[in-house]
Amino acid sequence: MIHTRLKLNYSGFSLDVDLQLPGRGVTALYGHSGSGKTTCLRCIAGLEQAEQGFIQINDEVWQDSDKRIFVPPHKRALGYVFQEASLFPHLSVQANLEFGLRRIPRQQRRVDMAHATELLGIGHLLDRDPQNLSGGERQRIGIARALLTSPKLLLMDEPLAALDTQRKNEILPYLQRLHDELDIPVLYVSHSQDEVARLADHLVLLSDGKALASGPIGETLARLDLPLALGDDAGVVIEGHVSAYDADYQLLTLQLPNTELSIRVAHSPMAEGQALRCKVQARDVSLSLQGVEQSSILNRLPVTVISEIGADNAAHVLIRLNAAGTPLLARITRYSRDQLGVHPGQQLWAQIKAVAVLA
Amino acid sequence: MTLSSADYSAIWLTLKLASLTTVILLVIGTPIALWLSRTRSWLRSPVGAIVALPLVLPPTVIGFYLLLALGPNGWIGQLTQSLGLGTLTFSFAGLVIGSVLYSMPFVIQPLQNAFSAIGTRPLEVAATLRANPWDTFFSVIVPLARPGFITAAILGFAHTVGEFGVVLMIGGNIPDKTRVVSVQIYDHVEAMEYAQAHWLAGAMLVFSFVVLLALYSSRKTKAVWS
Repeated sequence: MIHTRLKLNYSGFSLDVDLQLPGRGVTALYGHSGSGKTTCLRCIAGLEQAEQGFIQINDEVWQDSDKRIFVPPHKRALGYVFQEASLFPHLSVQANLEFGLRRIPRQQRRVDMAHATELLGIGHLLDRDPQNLSGGERQRIGIARALLTSPKLLLMDEPLAALDTQRKNEILPYLQRLHDELDIPVLYVSHSQDEVARLADHLVLLSDGKALASGPIGETLARLDLPLALGDDAGVVIEGHVSAYDADYQLLTLQLPNTELSIRVAHSPMAEGQALRCKVQARDVSLSLQGVEQSSILNRLPVTVISEIGADNAAHVLIRLNAAGTPLLARITRYSRDQLGVHPGQQLWAQIKAVAVLA
Repeated sequence: MTLSSADYSAIWLTLKLASLTTVILLVIGTPIALWLSRTRSWLRSPVGAIVALPLVLPPTVIGFYLLLALGPNGWIGQLTQSLGLGTLTFSFAGLVIGSVLYSMPFVIQPLQNAFSAIGTRPLEVAATLRANPWDTFFSVIVPLARPGFITAAILGFAHTVGEFGVVLMIGGNIPDKTRVVSVQIYDHVEAMEYAQAHWLAGAMLVFSFVVLLALYSSRKTKAVWS
């Protein structure tokens, strides 16, 4: 369990958050620039000191301003990945990687050089000079360098923001591997919904120095009372488990959590039981009264209407749906809403036109 | 006609004074420069101005105040006397104190610029990689500020070699104790020994040129923080 309570005032900016976050998996701190997400991360690292603060990572207290406790950053078992890789220019790649590793007592090392270089795919870069690497390579080394301190918490401050799309796509699979293979809780600061949807298990939405929401990613993205729901990008993240694979049609059947419902997506073969994360955008979900219908649409789920709000334009509304426990969002026209007589509690069929596989 | 033994003695004294001054200035100048490059305190500007004062003051002014302070009635003089050290005026130790003050900006300012150029990020990175502040100083700041240290040492040394006014005011002209090269040249000229003066003055000219040449050639490559 990670508990952070921070109060801080700069001229023109104040941060006031009280967060209880899971002690495992990836937690995204999501918000626009100026929302306080980076300040939050820097306070947790001890790079900045909140006037009033309490920071506890599992059983270790890093700050307790009431008891005048402030552990300096170099005594906190954390790894920090900055937006720019910030490799030391006077050291080789190998020496950069060893910088933190050498400062950790041998018996506390849980990530070794071979494992870290293999995880990030940087074994061939060790003898190079940091100046002669691409942005993506530098950032992978920055991540490995942080991991080699065997942190109890990994803090990542928009590690992909300084990279172009191609470099981002080069790094994302590595980040997903970290998530799958290492048991280190991660706080991931980002303003990209796409990154958050792909990587995070838990989402904290920050705005103007306050936490508007904090919860599991699927639920939080589907909440209509948050600014996340607005805009063209609105959608939900579903994490299901592979239950079957149709090699003939190359379709994967994905069972939704805690239900018999499933969706099918075009995908390469995967073993049964493996977890797969998908994003379903609100604009790709339509609603109908009848379940049986001849159509090219693959996925059709029985849903219950929960609530509705106006979308970002006057012609549309967003409908929040419940598919046997899995939240869904549908973006439909106001006209269709009236034609179908959509109201809370109503049973409908949701037709999903597209499912984007995230991981 | 070559250098006399008095000339050699002056050269030796000058080198000893400049070396000692440079070492002392690097030791006390580094923390001051580090503080100046990092602090947000209101004291930053006044301290920065005091450090820069020797750049603009006539050396005779520095020498005059030092003479008063180090003399038998000055506060430093009182202190040294009460410690049984006598007064430091017209002594080598007095010259070292004067030179440290006189060359201070030439050491502190290059260091300060070098530390500022490093910025805070490398220090934050080092801290998140478990390096304590001392460790960070030696394993990150010193290597990254190396060109600054080299510039500071060269400028501090060379500027002390070129000192004249302060020496004359507080050290006088005592052979083997306070008679440095610049004073020796002055003596030669006063005594109409132009040939002798030429040798020493020429040597100073060549020395200064070589120092500056070394300084400018060392600036060709510059590390980029990435």
